[in-house]
Amino acid sequence: MPAERHAAGPRPRRTGTAATAALLAPTYLWLAVAVFLPLAGMLYFSLLTGVPAPHHPAAFTAENYLAFVRKPYLLHVAWRSLALGLWTTGLCALIGWPAALALSRAVRGRARDAIFLLTILPFWTSGLVRVLSWTMVLADHGLLDRALGAVIPGWRVSDLLYTFPAIVIGLVHAYLPYMILTCYVSLAAIDPALIEAARGLGARAPVIFARILLPISLPGLLSGAVLIFVPVIGSFMEPRILGGRVGVTMGTVIEDQFTQAFDWPLGAALSFTMLAAVLLLFGVLYGASRLRPAA
Amino acid sequence: MGGSISRRGVNATMGAALVAAALGARSRPAAAAETITVLNWQGYGTDEAWALKLFAEHTGITVRHDYFNSEPEMVTKLRSNPGAYDVALINSARTRTIAADGLIEAIDLSQVPNAKDLTPALRDHANLTEGGKHYGISWVWGMNSLAVRRGVVKGADSYAVLSDPAYKNRAALFDDAVTEVGIGALMTGQSINAPTDLGAIKQRLTAMKPNIKLIWSSESEWNKAFVAGAFDVAIYWSGAAARAQKRYNLPVDFIVPKEGAIGWLDGLSVPSAAKNKAAALKFINFMIDPSFYLQWAKDAGAAASANAKAMSELAPDNPIRTIHKAEYISALQFMSTLPDERRKAFVDLWSEMKAFYAG
Repeated sequence: MPAERHAAGPRPRRTGTAATAALLAPTYLWLAVAVFLPLAGMLYFSLLTGVPAPHHPAAFTAENYLAFVRKPYLLHVAWRSLALGLWTTGLCALIGWPAALALSRAVRGRARDAIFLLTILPFWTSGLVRVLSWTMVLADHGLLDRALGAVIPGWRVSDLLYTFPAIVIGLVHAYLPYMILTCYVSLAAIDPALIEAARGLGARAPVIFARILLPISLPGLLSGAVLIFVPVIGSFMEPRILGGRVGVTMGTVIEDQFTQAFDWPLGAALSFTMLAAVLLLFGVLYGASRLRPAA
Repeated sequence: MGGSISRRGVNATMGAALVAAALGARSRPAAAAETITVLNWQGYGTDEAWALKLFAEHTGITVRHDYFNSEPEMVTKLRSNPGAYDVALINSARTRTIAADGLIEAIDLSQVPNAKDLTPALRDHANLTEGGKHYGISWVWGMNSLAVRRGVVKGADSYAVLSDPAYKNRAALFDDAVTEVGIGALMTGQSINAPTDLGAIKQRLTAMKPNIKLIWSSESEWNKAFVAGAFDVAIYWSGAAARAQKRYNLPVDFIVPKEGAIGWLDGLSVPSAAKNKAAALKFINFMIDPSFYLQWAKDAGAAASANAKAMSELAPDNPIRTIHKAEYISALQFMSTLPDERRKAFVDLWSEMKAFYAG
């Protein structure tokens, strides 16, 4: 039999495949149950006219997906969410990348452990507590005002709470660790000899940054950006609590549909529209990044 | 019996004695312990531990609870678990719809002796009755109206202060479509439940933009922002305003302006499929008894009782009493049933306004 004849060769590979499958199975089973089932449920809801109930049957419709056409103000909300995502991601990159560089280059041993611990500290507190404590810091005559007033004579009330920057501050605080960790991973992988060689050839700091550090850490920067941008444009807690009047984003609009309006179909359709927009955006970005080496 | 004793200084023991008296000196039933299940929001009166203990001691009836987190959830629970509940708290705005679905039954008021003391306008409110029959016993009520910072805002007698340039960036609205569209309806002289001109309402809400600082969604959020000085004029709940005055000593004045205010009325109903209707009525009778209300108001700070006698036994300077003036009841428009389409139109308008305020 052919199978017997080949038995000696492929056997190790086959057990390898089986082991790989066994190792991956829990993850994919979990993902299938935890991600695709609820998503499929939401997709179903998004195509209904209402939440089905006895006496109130629901019919199928695609009307919910026309929300952006029927309610043009949603485009404005979407743009604000996008702006929030760009600001937060940009600031996280500006603050997180240098921190990651310092961690990977300048700090060693215990000190590095300690600084790492401080970096991921925000993960250890409840998100709600974090945001609520920012309200105390940013309020008129809040902790920030009092601290600045003590240092700067004649400091006037900053009145930051319930503004767009307040939301960005809260979000940057929440998501900065992602950027530091992903950038650190890429930066730590750079061989110090590479930089020494560049220095030896007369490259100054800006050149080392632009020609070596930035290109090599770009994957880390990009994956950090993805990890931050996606949840931020869907965020609703920070905008609601820190944003006051200006805290209206796609996240809060979708949340309203589920909690206030009891319009699950519209909420689901808006979520899927956003998901599609994000996937499209990343598809284009990915395509562009693939094209570049060839160009 | 109650009036002379129930002053603010009444101590807990005396309060308990009063409740005991109210429940009647009935001999403890020797029959097997009865149990009823109440469907309500958590922490909303019916589940006060001291009250349930007293009730059980004097009637032998054990009260269990099941809770809901939203009104649609309450309706779903009534629909899908027939026989599971003996008493349900229902916002009177939904009572007639739920009665029309056959989920709750008419209550014979003669079986609820304390009903005689209920404020007639609330007891017989159109929200609770159908063909002269009562489908809910009015329990507590409150208002959504104007609250202003004492000493800073003077002589406010209209919702127009919300768009008054004097209060630029100093106003707060409640993040609730029915309330805010209702305020717009009051300002334009329309019915809050069936406004015909949403365009006029939109215009009034639009004009508030320069003033809106905050759109709040919880009592603690309102109080915290008020203490921090974030706003001076706002829409607020009457019961929360009473708590803010009494418990937190905040300089809040609650105003029912000349346009009127939005009223809400919560009633207690008996599901048609209830297994223990007689015990359910006993419990409802206990819930509208002044002695229960006075203790509840003292311990937890309740909304206004629909029982006129209970209100008259509160201390004259109790904020619950000074805010919920009996004469307001006739000036209020109570939230009533909204057909799905209209509710959707309200929600759409309010979402659009929120996006507009943000922009």
